[in-house]
Amino acid sequence: MIHITMKKQYFNRYSIGTLTLVVLMMSCVSDLDVKPIDPFVKSADKVYTTKDSYKEGLAKLYATFGLTGQRGPNGNQDVGGVDEGFSSFVRSLWYMQELTTDEAVWTYGNDANGTIFNLHFNTWLPSDGIPEALYARIANVAALSNEFIRVTAGKTDDPDLKNFQAEARFLRALAYFYGMDLYGRLPFLTEKDQPGSFFPPMIQRAALFDYIEKELKAIKPDMGAPRFEYGRADKAACAMLLAKLYLNAEVYIAQPKYTEAITELNEVIAAGYTLSPRYANLFRADNDKNNSEIIFAQAFDGARSQAFSMTQVMINGNAGNGGWAGLRTTSAFVGKFPTLTEARAIFATESKGQSLEIDAVNVSTQGYGVFKFRNITAAGVDAPNNSTGFPDTDYPMFRLADAYLMYAEAVLRGGAGGTRANALTYINAIRSRSGDVIAGNAPGVITDPQMTLDFILDERGRELYWEGHRRMDLIRFGKFTGGSYLWPWKGGIKNGTAIDDKYKIFPIPSSDLGTNPNLKQSDGY
Amino acid sequence: MTKFYRTVSKYLAVFLVFASLGLQAQDRTVSGKVTSSDDGSPIPGANILEVGTSNGTVTDGDGKFTLNVGANATLAISFIGYKTADVVVGTQTTIDVVLVSDVTALQEVVVIGYGEVQKKDATGAVLAISNKDFNKGVLTSPQDLLVGKFAGVQITSAGGAPGAGSTIRVRGGSSLQASNDPLIVIDGFPVDNTNPGGVANPLASINPNDIETFTVLKDASATAIYGSRATGGVILITTKKGVSGKPQFSYNANVSVASPIKFVDVMSASQYRSLVNTLSQTGTSGIDAAAVAKLGTASTDWQKEIFRDAISHDHNLSASGSLKNMPYRVSYGYTDQQGILKTTGLQRHSLNINASPSFLNGDLKLDMSVKGSVTFNNFGEQGAVGNAVAFDPTQPIKDAAAQQYGGYFSWLSKGAINSTANPVAQLDQTNNQSTANRLIASIKADYKLPFMPDVKLTVNAGIDRSVSDGFNRAPLTAAFANNNGILVGRDDTYGGRNQSELLDIYANYLKQFGQHKIDFIAGYGWQHFYREAYSVNKNTARTLSLPSKSENYLVSFFGRLNYTFNGKYLLTATLRNDGSSRFAGANRWGLFPSVALAWKMKDESFLSKIDAISDLKLRAGYGQTGQQDIGADYYPYLATYQVSDAQTQYQLGYNSDGTPRFYNTQRPNPYDPNIRWETTTTINVGLDFGLFDDKVTGSVEVFQRDTKDLLNNVRIPNGSNFSNFLTTNVGSMENQGVEVTLSTRAVTKKDFTLHVGANFTAINNKITKLNLTNDPNFIGNFTGGVGVATNIQNNQVGFPVRSFFPYQQVYNTAGKPIEGLFADRSGDGGNVLGNDRNRFRYRRPEPDFLIGINSRGNYKKFDFSLSGRLSIGNYVYNNVESGRAFYNGVYDLGHFRNVPNSINDAQFTTQQLLSDYYIRNGSFFRMDNMSVGYSFDRVFVDRLKARLSLTVQNAFLITNYKGIDPEIENGIDNNIYPRPRTFLLGVNFTF
Repeated sequence: MIHITMKKQYFNRYSIGTLTLVVLMMSCVSDLDVKPIDPFVKSADKVYTTKDSYKEGLAKLYATFGLTGQRGPNGNQDVGGVDEGFSSFVRSLWYMQELTTDEAVWTYGNDANGTIFNLHFNTWLPSDGIPEALYARIANVAALSNEFIRVTAGKTDDPDLKNFQAEARFLRALAYFYGMDLYGRLPFLTEKDQPGSFFPPMIQRAALFDYIEKELKAIKPDMGAPRFEYGRADKAACAMLLAKLYLNAEVYIAQPKYTEAITELNEVIAAGYTLSPRYANLFRADNDKNNSEIIFAQAFDGARSQAFSMTQVMINGNAGNGGWAGLRTTSAFVGKFPTLTEARAIFATESKGQSLEIDAVNVSTQGYGVFKFRNITAAGVDAPNNSTGFPDTDYPMFRLADAYLMYAEAVLRGGAGGTRANALTYINAIRSRSGDVIAGNAPGVITDPQMTLDFILDERGRELYWEGHRRMDLIRFGKFTGGSYLWPWKGGIKNGTAIDDKYKIFPIPSSDLGTNPNLKQSDGY
Repeated sequence: MTKFYRTVSKYLAVFLVFASLGLQAQDRTVSGKVTSSDDGSPIPGANILEVGTSNGTVTDGDGKFTLNVGANATLAISFIGYKTADVVVGTQTTIDVVLVSDVTALQEVVVIGYGEVQKKDATGAVLAISNKDFNKGVLTSPQDLLVGKFAGVQITSAGGAPGAGSTIRVRGGSSLQASNDPLIVIDGFPVDNTNPGGVANPLASINPNDIETFTVLKDASATAIYGSRATGGVILITTKKGVSGKPQFSYNANVSVASPIKFVDVMSASQYRSLVNTLSQTGTSGIDAAAVAKLGTASTDWQKEIFRDAISHDHNLSASGSLKNMPYRVSYGYTDQQGILKTTGLQRHSLNINASPSFLNGDLKLDMSVKGSVTFNNFGEQGAVGNAVAFDPTQPIKDAAAQQYGGYFSWLSKGAINSTANPVAQLDQTNNQSTANRLIASIKADYKLPFMPDVKLTVNAGIDRSVSDGFNRAPLTAAFANNNGILVGRDDTYGGRNQSELLDIYANYLKQFGQHKIDFIAGYGWQHFYREAYSVNKNTARTLSLPSKSENYLVSFFGRLNYTFNGKYLLTATLRNDGSSRFAGANRWGLFPSVALAWKMKDESFLSKIDAISDLKLRAGYGQTGQQDIGADYYPYLATYQVSDAQTQYQLGYNSDGTPRFYNTQRPNPYDPNIRWETTTTINVGLDFGLFDDKVTGSVEVFQRDTKDLLNNVRIPNGSNFSNFLTTNVGSMENQGVEVTLSTRAVTKKDFTLHVGANFTAINNKITKLNLTNDPNFIGNFTGGVGVATNIQNNQVGFPVRSFFPYQQVYNTAGKPIEGLFADRSGDGGNVLGNDRNRFRYRRPEPDFLIGINSRGNYKKFDFSLSGRLSIGNYVYNNVESGRAFYNGVYDLGHFRNVPNSINDAQFTTQQLLSDYYIRNGSFFRMDNMSVGYSFDRVFVDRLKARLSLTVQNAFLITNYKGIDPEIENGIDNNIYPRPRTFLLGVNFTF
């Protein structure tokens, strides 16, 4: 009897146990539906829930040109396969526009898997690391912009959204512009393409030209008024990009569009930007505030916007001034200055242990250093955040002096809507500014007969060197490929040698060709 | 979580009700002693069972037992390794039993997942060793107990730091980027492989003295019961438990001295001065008179200055016995280990308590265990190791004039901002410590159903919690804590908590029907992993706070059938269905089956007559295991956004006060909604044998593992997602291998025994698919960074993982490398360097063969053991040499750097990072462990026994490799913390 009752007890306990067990298993299976709990990770549906959040999304699109990821200065990079610092848009852009020319030389040949000197030697290949990094970054800007445009479409809770969306399209067009300039053809995506696993189609240079032109024209009315908010692209920035597109149209689509360029440049020049009275102040820690010349810049801050990006490298990686000596320039470029006492010739010379000539590209003491970008203020004191090791100095992408020189060039190349007199006035305005504590004299005015296309190319070099324009300029003037202009180490020879016309564009990176069958390699590669 | 606790407490209540139920009455009492026929020694822990009932007990530490038995009782007395004795009680009240050892039966029991099996009945590739075979003198890294012991298990320590972690690879790696770490199960608790910051090694919290056995499950038929976590193999650790009887106490203590064995061969001060003078005459490296003036007048051997003879001591006290019928064991350990790098060290207190009460006549057994430890780490500054190699030997350690740098010489005082840090200052001025607490608590209940005695229910619940906090500080006078020359000091703090909770519920059915024996298990498992961490990086320039939190879940249903026919034909089939919170609903569940067959051939008539063969068993298994552990990527299928930290904000406009207005930024993260399990299929064939009365035993295993749908962070078509890399399922790879294990009991005399063992492993690894397009021009994925975006290794279809991928150096007729000249393997012409098509796959870090040898034995009161490893064909990239041995590096950025003497071999002027010249054969033989001991049967009093031992760890290394040590997990030698040689004197008392 006792045993029987005990067994009943067991059964009861057992049944309760079984029941609890089944309930438990069911509830535990539902545990598998997790949501992020990390303070830095949000579910996509929780992102655009407040008014400020749209601007935070927009801020990312701007930041993709200068910064490299979501952790500063590095550690959570946007694009992979390369050292995070190299993956900065403006840094890899700078390397491709400058190291390939007479303006800049890099010291460390092992970088980017030993491919970085291919930029100097004009022998780049589809497997090169730096071109691959910028190519990835361009597609990344497009993908992030597309997402922003897509998820904010139809939203009305922020009155600024119309501006934001126009700016997102501007930034996408800006990335595509540099892609068209450097690679000719690209994988092409718009906001209609959802992220996933697929093979993006390829767009050819002419079609991309048309797309960029149409986009910029379409968004200009929705862009902010000139100088409406620092750091954001305004109508003048949009016009400036259109002007660059038109000025180079003969290169891109073999059609002259100088008149269209002048139309846009007139808009830029009328937008209220003025030349900085001192050249050196354009490249200093407080260059966001103390001048009204910069039309569009990548903003950096020593404390709050850190990356191993281009101003950091130009300031900390300079040769001859205590940096890690990654960057110097060639004697051919130094020779563009009739005298090194002029305001804009800011070099580290023999007095800093640098020689003028370069016998070996990888010796950091050969070739003058460039001390144009600095992390001191206009007043000459260290930037407030100097001790972080990251500069406050912003990277100017578009500035008024560039617009002036483009105007003069477009006029000289036969564009309508401008005059030689205005062109001369603009050039002389540039040449009349003084330097600063570092170097003294203004270069001085020129006369109309001196204002030739060759002069303009050299003047662009003297005014805009190390700002990421050189390769584009040399190609437009027919001096990049071929042998009409040689500089040290062009083509891999100390005295320079002619290079093939195929080097006007960069190849499609083999890593993308290997993953996307829709892509075709460019001719000659 | 509260849900979990509530549920557990509910179950505990249920069991306590069971426990309160009455005991059955017994008729009479017998007592006795169980001894061994070998030497007459008592056998503690022998099972005494009244046949036909569940009534029984185990012998105490002196082999004694007392049991109430019914009338006409027969006792079955059994113990592992002995033949079971049946004794009819009759009228006896005292029964002394002598058990005869059963050498042929190999009655060893091995633990397998969710149960155990007699070794002779195992169908999979399972290896186990117990503490008598462990490497001796291991203080803080329990995995070192195993080094060299198992075929197919490679353990490579990260270096010689106290408590250093190791990379454990069971049969190589079959994942490319997902985890290749084995699952580690401590007393039935599968522990998380990740650990919070400040913990050097998740196993370092376990006191090696508490470990009883290690079991390694290698093939899928053995591991598939752990399904999704088993692809990297499974290592089961059991800790020591109490035995019945009078309390037994044990105390052991070690004191050890560890010393560095070898330094990098760099120039002395006088050699360096003459090199600089020579170079200054040619102007190489920009050495002019101003540079030469920066040379010092001292003569400092920096490597000698940073290392020391490290003294460590270690104490363990344990008590075990039985309170009524509850065996228990309590142990406390204290270790104070110094590192050979000055200031580094580790102190650990550990407490391990377990108790195994049983109730209801043994129908309900509880196993309760608590393992706690507190570890204090002093990590010091390991960067000093590399800087001591590079620091100019002509400079002094101290510079009285440099009080702004705390009186240490610094290149900053000579204007060199980007310069080598003074390694002695780094050690003296860095205060880098952490405290880590860990608690693993678990309770396991086995309940034999009273109405269905063949069924046993088990509930295993536990919690594993690691909490750490630490700091890394340097004063404002620390010259090495500078940003571009500005001293900023360092005051970093960090901490974290990792916690996992486990609930396993399973039922076991064991029944013999005539010639059929069925052992069936089915169950359910739930585990939750939670991790949180914070770090505040602070110096005078900034304060950056980076908190993080994550969690994930695994839920599983599993079953296993062990079927034996006629005692000779064995079948094991398992099935596990795992759900992982890392995958979306549709892909969440993975089904992992396995089946294995074994044939005990020795039991067949055609072999039973052949005396030379004492055992022969053929095994074959097939199974699939999964992988979902992709590290910190906990939501790879979810659309998420990453918020920027305080240093990646972006300025748009200004605040009303004119200061810049910064915005956090929001970035969509790449994601793959279709991400799913990585699956590895393993086929394993094994033969276990015993020869000459098992004087020689061993096994041969052959296996093939194919992994598909590799979880990989790979390049995807640019623009198709929110990055150019995505974690997705792409690629496949295969591993084939042969393993041989041999063990001989060469001598088994009463006063002299000698065991010799050896194991052999050869594994071939090949990637068979890497991306979606199979483009033949695809260069592969780079890995193995040796410079800025510069990699020396590459993964590519058709080649082993991490194959070296250099340019081919051209040599002159004298065999000297010609600087900058590489073979144009592509035939493309032009610059050879910088064209990836000229690179080639050359060797790999993994060895072709790995042979472990071990031996132990005793002569009278002396005992000895040794264990060593031979690694053949592992190649090493000598980054210490490639990074420094070139003339342009002697003087750079305004300061001098010492160079290895090997600069005289190649005499390179510029750095040649990607030359195959630096890829060297790293084959080696290392004597890991040698130990001798002497036992005293009686010290002052009869009860007190003692053993004295002397152990040498890392006794010697034989290799042609010119660097410090060729044993490097990833094959890139770059200033690891050197492994010291350690002499250890130990004493052990039991009473």
